Parts: sequence; C-alpha cells; structure tokens
Amino acid sequence: MTATARSPKDTAQTELHLKMLRQMLLIRRFEEKAAEAYALGKIGGFCHLYIGQEAVAVGAIAALRDDDYVISSYREHGQALVKGISPSAVMAELFGKATGCSKGKGGSMHLFDAKRGFMGGHAIVGGHIPLAAGLAFASKYQSQGKVCVCFFGEAAVNIGAFHETLNMASVWKLPVIFLCENNRYGMGTAFERVAAVTDIVEHACSYDMAAELVDGMNALTVYDATRRAVERARKQSHPTLLEVRTYRYMGHSMSDPLHGVYRTKDEVEEQKARDPITHLAGKLKEDGVIDQAALDAMDAELHAEVEQAVKFADESPDPDPAELFTDVLVD
Amino acid sequence: MATLTYRDALNQALREEMQRDPNVFLMGEEVGVYQGAYKVSRGLLEEFGPQRIVDTPIAELGFAGIGVGAAMSGLRPVIEFMTWNFAVLALDQIVNSAAKMLYMSGGQISMPIVFRGPNGAALQLASQHSQAWESWLAHIPGLKVVAPATPADAKGLLKSAIRDNNPVIVLEGEMLYNIKGEVPDGEHVVPIGKADTKRPGTDVTLVCHSKTLTVALKAAEQLAAQNVSAEVLDLRSLRPLDESAILESVKKTNRAVVVEEGWPHAGIGAQIVDLIQRDAFDDLDAPVQRVTQADVPMPYNKLLERAAKASPERVVAAARRVLYLD
Amino acid sequence: MATKVHMEALSPTMEEGRLVKWTKHEGDAVKSGDTLAEVETDKAVMELVARADGQLLKVVVPEGSTVPVGNVVAWIGKPGEKVDGDGASAPAATAPVPAAKPAPRQPPAPAPLPAPAPPAPQPVPADSTRVKASPLARRIAKDAGVDLKLVQGSGPGGRVIKRDVEGAPASSAPAAAPAAPRPTYHAPRTAEPYEDVPLTQIRKTIAKRLAASIGPIPHFFLTTEIDMERAAEAREALNTQLGEAGGKISFNDIIIKAVALALVQHRACNAWFQEDHIRYWNEVHIGMAVAIEDGLITPVIRNADTKSLREISTESRELAGRARNRRLKPEEYTGATFSVSNLGMFDIDQFTAVINPPEAGIVAIGSVAAKAVPDGDRVVVRRRMRLTMSCDHRVIDGATGAAFLRTLKQMLENPLAMLL
Repeated sequence: MTATARSPKDTAQTELHLKMLRQMLLIRRFEEKAAEAYALGKIGGFCHLYIGQEAVAVGAIAALRDDDYVISSYREHGQALVKGISPSAVMAELFGKATGCSKGKGGSMHLFDAKRGFMGGHAIVGGHIPLAAGLAFASKYQSQGKVCVCFFGEAAVNIGAFHETLNMASVWKLPVIFLCENNRYGMGTAFERVAAVTDIVEHACSYDMAAELVDGMNALTVYDATRRAVERARKQSHPTLLEVRTYRYMGHSMSDPLHGVYRTKDEVEEQKARDPITHLAGKLKEDGVIDQAALDAMDAELHAEVEQAVKFADESPDPDPAELFTDVLVD
Repeated sequence: MATLTYRDALNQALREEMQRDPNVFLMGEEVGVYQGAYKVSRGLLEEFGPQRIVDTPIAELGFAGIGVGAAMSGLRPVIEFMTWNFAVLALDQIVNSAAKMLYMSGGQISMPIVFRGPNGAALQLASQHSQAWESWLAHIPGLKVVAPATPADAKGLLKSAIRDNNPVIVLEGEMLYNIKGEVPDGEHVVPIGKADTKRPGTDVTLVCHSKTLTVALKAAEQLAAQNVSAEVLDLRSLRPLDESAILESVKKTNRAVVVEEGWPHAGIGAQIVDLIQRDAFDDLDAPVQRVTQADVPMPYNKLLERAAKASPERVVAAARRVLYLD
Repeated sequence: MATKVHMEALSPTMEEGRLVKWTKHEGDAVKSGDTLAEVETDKAVMELVARADGQLLKVVVPEGSTVPVGNVVAWIGKPGEKVDGDGASAPAATAPVPAAKPAPRQPPAPAPLPAPAPPAPQPVPADSTRVKASPLARRIAKDAGVDLKLVQGSGPGGRVIKRDVEGAPASSAPAAAPAAPRPTYHAPRTAEPYEDVPLTQIRKTIAKRLAASIGPIPHFFLTTEIDMERAAEAREALNTQLGEAGGKISFNDIIIKAVALALVQHRACNAWFQEDHIRYWNEVHIGMAVAIEDGLITPVIRNADTKSLREISTESRELAGRARNRRLKPEEYTGATFSVSNLGMFDIDQFTAVINPPEAGIVAIGSVAAKAVPDGDRVVVRRRMRLTMSCDHRVIDGATGAAFLRTLKQMLENPLAMLL
C-alpha cells in the first residue's frame, strides 16, 4: 500500500468517503445495539432495522444540503442518524424516553427532527409519499430552493398514493426525489409475486419523469445518482424516481424471522457477501485511505458512541404523565 | 351589515384571508379555471393566480397529502373537496397524517391546514353522494371540526379555521350554499368551539348544527304554536364541543332533543347525549331524544329520501315525547 | 284450617320482639291461653300465648331472633294439617295484629310524607322497592324530602317527573308552574282574618324531622355564660390583620372552631345515636344552622378541627350563601357530627336548639352583649354570651355534657388555648 499525492478535490472526496464509511458503520452498530435492547425488553412495539441497507441512506443524504428535507417510512433509524439526529436522541426515542427526538411519543416508527429537516418516520405504507411532494410544493411556493428526498420501500409502489403523487409532482414540476429502497420483500411477500411491473424504475414513464436504477449496496453509486437527481430538482425543479436495489439482512421487524418461508438462508448469506460496509471499507483500504488499524479504531469509537447512547436512553426519564395530553393541538 | 349567500360569505372569507396572508393557498378539484364546483372560489384564480389557486387531478388522497406536506413547512393550505363523499379517499391523510403529526413529532410540527367542502345530503343524489361525515371526523383527537349553518357563521368560522394552527375540518352544507343571511361588515371572525343560541326558549332544548338548524327552527315555530317554548342551540363547532352551552341550556329546560343529518349509530348526537347524561343527569326530566337520518343508505326516490331525512315534524314529535305531552 | 301465631305487641310501645325461648315445641298439643314462648320486649320478658286450640304444627322463627310485631312466628292446627309456608315471610304491615292490645305505635321512621298535590296520593305500586323517576324529579324530591314511593308518576310507565313532585298541574303548561307564594312576616293588612299558606316541602321536612327529634330523643339542656371579652379582642385583632381584602372573622367562626376543638377532647359528645349502637366520630364535622327564606338548613364544615379560622370563615360564608340560594349539594348538608345554631345576630340572649338526629348534641348561641359583672369587689363591663347545649340523653349524660362545656368555655374565654 503506497500513499500517493492527492489533489484538493481528491482530499474532499476522501473525506466524504470516510464520512460515509463512518456513517454506515454507525448505523450498523446502532441497529445491532437496538436489536439487543429490543431483546432485553427496553424497546417495545415494532422495530424495523436497517442492517444491510446502510448504503442507501448514507449515499443519498450525502448528496443533500443540510436544509433539504428528508422524509421516510417506518424503517428510518438510518436516515435519522445520517440527517444529524444524535444516536442518543434516536435511542432514547426507541426507549420511549422524554429525551427522545419525538419526546417518547413517536417511538421507532416516528422519529422527527424538524430543525434538521428530518420530517419524520411515517408508518402507513406509502402514506408519506404525498407529504414529500407537499414539502417540495412549499419549497417551490416560497422559493426556498430546498429539495425533498422521500424514502419508501418497494411495496409502497402498489399504493395509490404513490401514483397520485408522482403524477402531480410531474405535472407541477416539484423538487422532489422519490427514492424507492427496493429490498425485494414487503414483509414476507416477494415483490415479483405482487407486482405486474417489477422494474419500479419503469413507472416513471407513466408520469414522464426522470428515473435511474441504482445499486443500493454501494454508497458511492447511490451518492452519485442522488446528486444528479438533486441537481435536477434544484436547478430545473423536476422530480426524479430512483429505484435503489438493496437488501435487508434482518426480518421485516424485530418480531419477524430472518428467513424461512419467504426467503432462504442461502439467499441472505449470498447478499451479505455484498455487504456495503465491507465494500466501501475494502475500497478505501485499496485506495490507501484507511488501514485495518484505523478501521478498528473507528469501529471501537462507534461502539463506544452507541454504548453511550444506550446509557443515555436507559438513564433518561420517562415522559411526565402530563405529557399524555400535550401536543394534541397547538394553542 | 350586508345580506350575502352562504356561498359568497365563504368566498369572502377565502379572499380576505388570502389577501391577509400570502402563505394561504387553495387547492382542489375545479377550484380555479372552472371557478369552483359550487362556485365558492369564484374569481379567486383571477385575483391570486394559479400558484395559489391550484387545480388538481381527481386524486383526493394525493392532493390532501400534498396539502399536509405543505403545512408541515408552514404554509396554510385550504384543501377543497368537491364533496366530503370524495374526501373519504383522503381519510388516511386527514386522520393518520394531519391529525397526528403534532403529537407523534413530540410537538415539533404543527399543521395549519383546512379541509373543507360540502357535506350532507342534497336532493336526490342517492347513496354515495348523500351522507354526513361529522361523526367520522369529530372522533379524531388532533382535529377541529366546524359546521356552520348561516352565512355569518360560515364566513366567521372559515376565517377562524384558516388562521388556526391546527387542522380544521369545515363542513359546509351542500343545501345551504344558496341561503341568504346578514353578515357583519368588516372583520368578522367566529371563534371555534362556541355554540350559538339561535332561538331562546324555556321548555326544551333542540341541539342542532349545519343544515339541521333550519329543521330545528321550523320545529320550534310549530312547537310555539302548541304553547311550547323551544330553545334552538346551534353547535357550530363539533370539536371542540361547547359543552357548557349544552349543559347550561339543558339545566334550564330539563329536556333535550338532538337533531343531526347523520345516521343514528355512533352519531354526533350520541356524544351529546352522553355529555348530558353524565353532567346534567340530575337536571333531566326525560331521556334525551335524537332525530337523525334513517339508518339506511340514502335512497334516490324523492318520497323515500324525504322520509329518510330529519324533518321538523320528527323533531316536534320528539320534543313532545320529552315533554310528556303525548 | 291452621291458625297463625303472630308476634304480638306486648307493650304499648313495642315495635318488635326477641323470641327468647319456645316453651312449646312442634308437635306439642296446645290450648288457647297456653304459653307458647317467652318474648323480650322493649321493657321486659313477656309471655306469648296461644290463641287457638290444637297442635303446634310449625315454628317458623328460631329462638334468639328478633321479629317485627305482626309477623307470623308459628302455626297451630290439626295434626297433619298443611301450613302455608309463605306465611312466615308475610310483611308486618299486612298481618293483622290481634285486637287484644290495640297498642298506639309510632310510625316507622322515616315517616312517609303525603304527595304534595293533586292528583291525590295513590296506593303504593306493587313493586314498592323501585320507583321510576326522572333524575330531575329525584333531585327535587330529595331536596324537598318527598318520598317518591308515594308520588303518582304521570310519565311513561308511571315515571315520576318534575311536574309530579312539584305538584303543579301541568296538563297544558309544560314548563314549571310558578312556585307557591311564600309566607311573609309582614303580611299586608287585608280584610281576611287569616291566610292559609300551604306547607312547602322543606317546611314539611322540617316539621317531620324536628318532630321526630323532640319526640323520641330525650333532650336535656345545659346553659353556661361565657366571657367573650378576649375572644372579641382576638377577633378584632385578627380582622385588623386580615385587612379589607381578607374577609372578616365572625364570632360564629370562632365558636365553630372552639366547638370543633372541644369535641376532639370530648369524643363522647361527638357521636351519632344509631338505634342499636352509638357511633363515636373521630372526625369532627360541624353543622351550621342557616336560616333561609322558607326554613333552615345546616351546611356542614367538614373537619372543622383541622381548619384555620380563616378557612372556616371563608367556607361558612360560601356555604351560607349557597344555602340561601338553594344551591347546596346533598353531601354539603349531611354528615355533621355536631351542630351549632346561632341567633346572636337576632339579639336573642339565650335559647334551646332542637337536636338534628342522628347527632347527639347542638349548641345554641345567644348574642354577645356587654354586661356588668362582679370582678372581685368591683363591677366591670364585659362582653358576655350565653350558650345552651342540647344533649341526647341516650348518648350524653349530664356530667359528660358539662365537661365538654367546660372545655368549650375555657377555649372561648382564653382563645389562645385553641393554639394548644
């Protein structure tokens, strides 16, 4: 491994790649810890983990400005962390604590941080797709120049709201990016069993919309595709549909099996061999940007950060009982 | 004091609020070029342009959700449904997104949005176009629901709704658009959550809202001829409900009849009866009676339709029952 | 046909008897006049005798049980004759009492009041345990002391409704008829030598309750005169301290507080007579007689011993105000453990108050007036007050009442003692 001289552009890129690696690893460690806490009964309800899909959130959000909007489904821990909500605030929310990013009222499926442009996890499949267009509509109405990225799973494509929204976004030329994370299964149903058109990217034709098919196991390709879509949105106010093919290693939620009736263990293992973190780490090692010792150090640091988040969540108070009745209406 | 139709009163409210606040915009089917399916938005496209008077495809779920998204970033959308019968397609956005956003975001994201449109049966529009949705909507915490019955209340409540920082459902009476009434000149705002005694009385309280105000007032006339003094209480808001106005009136008259356009089962009237039995139990001299639409889908035939609707005669009969006059 | 043996009224005041012992047993032959059983009355153990010849067929009341007068206790008949088993549970009211001793008896308390107006009271409905009445009618009846069982309901299924309890003929006017004119103390001079004013329900209730009190309750009275000079000084000082905004402390407030504190030390006077037991209260709830337009009512200051003078003052003013407007809730005028009645403001020197059962005592407060009293070998002018305690002798004996009064007097004469 030889160190080579780098141009300033290379340096910026290197830093970006390192940041992306770090963010993916943070999500991975965070989700592993969340699984552990769930098993210990510290997290209740539904908890949908992002392990395997890290490259999508990390690559896409790396292409955004801080004030751009991100809105997501209920599998949104990863996007929330990358958009800048602290691991402590996210973990505390999973724990239902007053210090959580939604004051313990939202939980795993409803993480929010409006100040950071993270407009929520939403838990009716496809229900948040129109909201994304609405945020983009508002940005355009107020000439804010913000774009909105909407993360949703492939199963949401069968929902009416997806089609109604893509149509209006195209008619009204809204600065919105519909980012479909195609992880192949809607809960336990393989997409090809329930979809007439399995190449989601083809739907864009119906709405005269720009579209790209993207390898979601590679953060850098996700980043590049999103950057093109962002530019289209910001400069021309045109929407884009991105179909990002990815894979979840875990079950649909913590209460679902990893594999079994709907997919084989072999398939999961095969996909794990394409792991996005291993992939980017390997590339950066190859490029001489990072060595194993540095990688280990990064990992140890993130372990500690996530441990700290669990400690914070554990020690945080439950919401005051009076909170039950607040935030129903504003005065 | 100008005499206006209910339709024009709503139009004035929209115009004045859009002049007042550039963040207010109107979105819905036929609101622009066509001037509104019921002409409530007449002239607004010309005054405010297509950016603020937005014609949509027939996609209630989609444009309701786009409205919610716009409200998330601080705009003040007014979403018009051609009728509330079609808004049922958008209930996911109204119930799951608009009503809960503030709560599930731990108070971060408020929802200054209005969903409005005609509600209730008109004439011979048959089952799918003739129904009253208030009990569906008033059920949901996080929403406010108003149902004005007069031009003055229509204007004042729509203005309040647009200025409110919470999602407000405005149920307009499809049969009320042409009625005329006096509307105060200048700034006229009616607070949400306040009922209004449209006719004072001492013997029985007729609780009503929206189109059933007309029914209740006619019934009160007929009762007066029978030497019975009926008080007509127009709820105006269904959520929050003006509980103290209801209780105050019932404590005075000791008897109540609740009139509504909706079906009886789990209707608005059931909620009001619950309130009265709970908080005015010792003031009741008779069980509260309800007059509702018949518990059937609305038929097309004119005579059957008439028989299905709440009528002054049925209100009079119910009032006589609570007065032990029959 | 078999003959019933009833529990007989063996004393003029006997309401029930305890069957101490059967002297005849099932199967024994009996003759008219034979002693069947020993019965303990309110006065003594008496003999219950047979009124027929034959065999004691069946004993339906075991030894030791207490039976209302008129109930069947046994059957006498021919050997082998069947008896009607239901007879054993025949209600007392329907069973004829043998004519031998037509004992004048008290009506069972609470005495039902007649329905207030036409239509005339109708017979009690078959299911007399349950009365159908509108909630409003129930409230009005409760406030006015009307027994709903005796009111004929004119609503569906005989439901008693407002117009039935108000007694206003309402066939044409659905709203409440105007209330009957109230008696006035300054009747205008007219040609009529007198005016008949119908009793209002509250007046009827007062009549019934107080008659029920002064009759069966053996009252006795203890009077003492109390030097109120220091209490008056304390009151003036406190009112100065409170200023204009604070609301004034009255003598009555001080007396209520003192009575409450004295009762804490004399639980024997803080008690209810409960027919077969006495309930000594650990909490002190003072009933405060308030004159209202057509009668009086006693709102209750609960736990008066634990309240400050200022709290008592505020609460009593508020309760009295609502009492005058007839706005008290039932729980606000029931449950007192002892009462205070004050006619001092009417310049009454001294009077006796009627006990409000089941309480065992009440103090009647006269006016606080300046009097010349000997002080050693000279005469000084002091503010004095006469106080009379009415005691229920079934609960309080003379010495018990006197001890309580001594404590009360000490407290009022030295208000600082209340701080102890």
